[in-house]
Amino acid sequence: MIEFVEVTKQYPGSKVPALNNVSLQIQRGEFVFLVGSSGAGKSTMLRLLFREYLPSSGNILFLGRDSAKMRPRELLKHRRRIGMVFQDFRLLKQKTVFENVAFALEVVGRSPQEIRLEVPIALAEVGLLDRAKAFPGELSGGEQQRVGIARAIVRKPTIILADEPTGNVDPENAWQLMELFTQINRTGTTVIIATHASDVVDRLRKRVIALEKGRIVRDEKRGVYGYES
Amino acid sequence: MRRNFWLAMVTASMIAVSIAIFGVFLLLSVNVGQVMQNIAGNVEIAVFLEDRADTNSVLSAIKGLSGVAEYTFVSREQGLLDFGQTLGEKDLFLVLAGENNPLPNMFRVRTLDATLVPAMADALRKVRGVEAVDYGEDLVAQLLNMTRWLNSMFLAISLFLGLGAMLLIVTIIRLSVMARQEEIGVMKYLGASNWYIRLPFILEGATMGLLGSLIATLSLGAVYFRLTSNLQNGVLPFLFRPVTEVAALWPIFAFLLLLGFFLGIIGSLLSVRKYLREVRRTA
Repeated sequence: MIEFVEVTKQYPGSKVPALNNVSLQIQRGEFVFLVGSSGAGKSTMLRLLFREYLPSSGNILFLGRDSAKMRPRELLKHRRRIGMVFQDFRLLKQKTVFENVAFALEVVGRSPQEIRLEVPIALAEVGLLDRAKAFPGELSGGEQQRVGIARAIVRKPTIILADEPTGNVDPENAWQLMELFTQINRTGTTVIIATHASDVVDRLRKRVIALEKGRIVRDEKRGVYGYES
Repeated sequence: MRRNFWLAMVTASMIAVSIAIFGVFLLLSVNVGQVMQNIAGNVEIAVFLEDRADTNSVLSAIKGLSGVAEYTFVSREQGLLDFGQTLGEKDLFLVLAGENNPLPNMFRVRTLDATLVPAMADALRKVRGVEAVDYGEDLVAQLLNMTRWLNSMFLAISLFLGLGAMLLIVTIIRLSVMARQEEIGVMKYLGASNWYIRLPFILEGATMGLLGSLIATLSLGAVYFRLTSNLQNGVLPFLFRPVTEVAALWPIFAFLLLLGFFLGIIGSLLSVRKYLREVRRTA
């Protein structure tokens, strides 16, 4: 479903490329960990997948379609197939849990009826239905991230991209979050997670792509974190 | 919008001030134009006849010219009386009456439009029996020049003010964009279209623009009509009467309203543009 062909990404003003000649394929329904130290190129890879950036050279194909050739409407469609989860949650503080999740549907023009129907389903899936009226500030980090996940899945995306989703969460909650991601993956959603959580990676034994200085140094079907942490 | 209520009010009043100043210039320009027209429209062409000229043939030549608004024949006797009268003493030149009268017969010709005067004068000079033509060349040329100059000055100042108002809107909406930067970022990650993100800001800009220009036109209108009705009753000679016909004024006020509205829209489009710019290969 996703293919990187000799992708290099160089940010303006930096001498070393963030990604250097990376080629890989990810199939529909896969669960992938991107690991590597900070600055290895994990976030860049996610941003390229969201097509927030274009590669400096090489091609990224989604279902055979070159990301650089997407027209605005197509790009919007592409992004709407993706659910994003962030390390800092990116919830809107002045909106309730329900409203934050509903926002994902509002911005793509879904009807109020649909919103009333879909939001509780997503909240139930992450186990926060009873906190629907709370504001993000009243929730723990783990709970906030679960709202973030609910917001990402409420549109039933084909791909979930998560950048350090457990980075601001204590270990126990981190486990619960990863549990959630595997559950989501079981329904057929492709999940790609950039992470430093070595114990989680080691326990789950999913595909692990290790990056170092913008290159893939390891790509194992049932891999481990493989770094000192 | 609710959160930035006072900021929006400040913007609206700044827009109101800019638009009002612009409106003042527009009204001034219209009035100056009117005064110029009045003055220029009163320019007469004096056509002096040769001593033995056939008055009737000159008359029919004048009738044959296009653009003539009116004409009057002034006989040399009448001319002498008029001349005396302008000097305040009707009988001053009585001694010159009859054979001693130095004045020629003449026609006074008025054109439909001041701009026709020079050409008309040239045409009249060529008529057989006309000795000389005079219309105060310098005055007309100066008036036309001055009108042109004033109009371009008004235009320049207006452009300048319009630009200022626009910058103001851009700045203030950018503040409100910045206050919602986080929300915009989230919207983008949630796959909102650019128009979806822009729309609230455009509405905000348009509202401020319209509100500002509404305040401006209403107060400008009130002040203007108050002022002109005072002047109208007063002492100003006909030439300097202000423009008060609704037909001449409503386009100005409608234009000011639309201007505020579009300044608001364009300003907000410019403010959000930076935040919606799509990535490029090099970005």
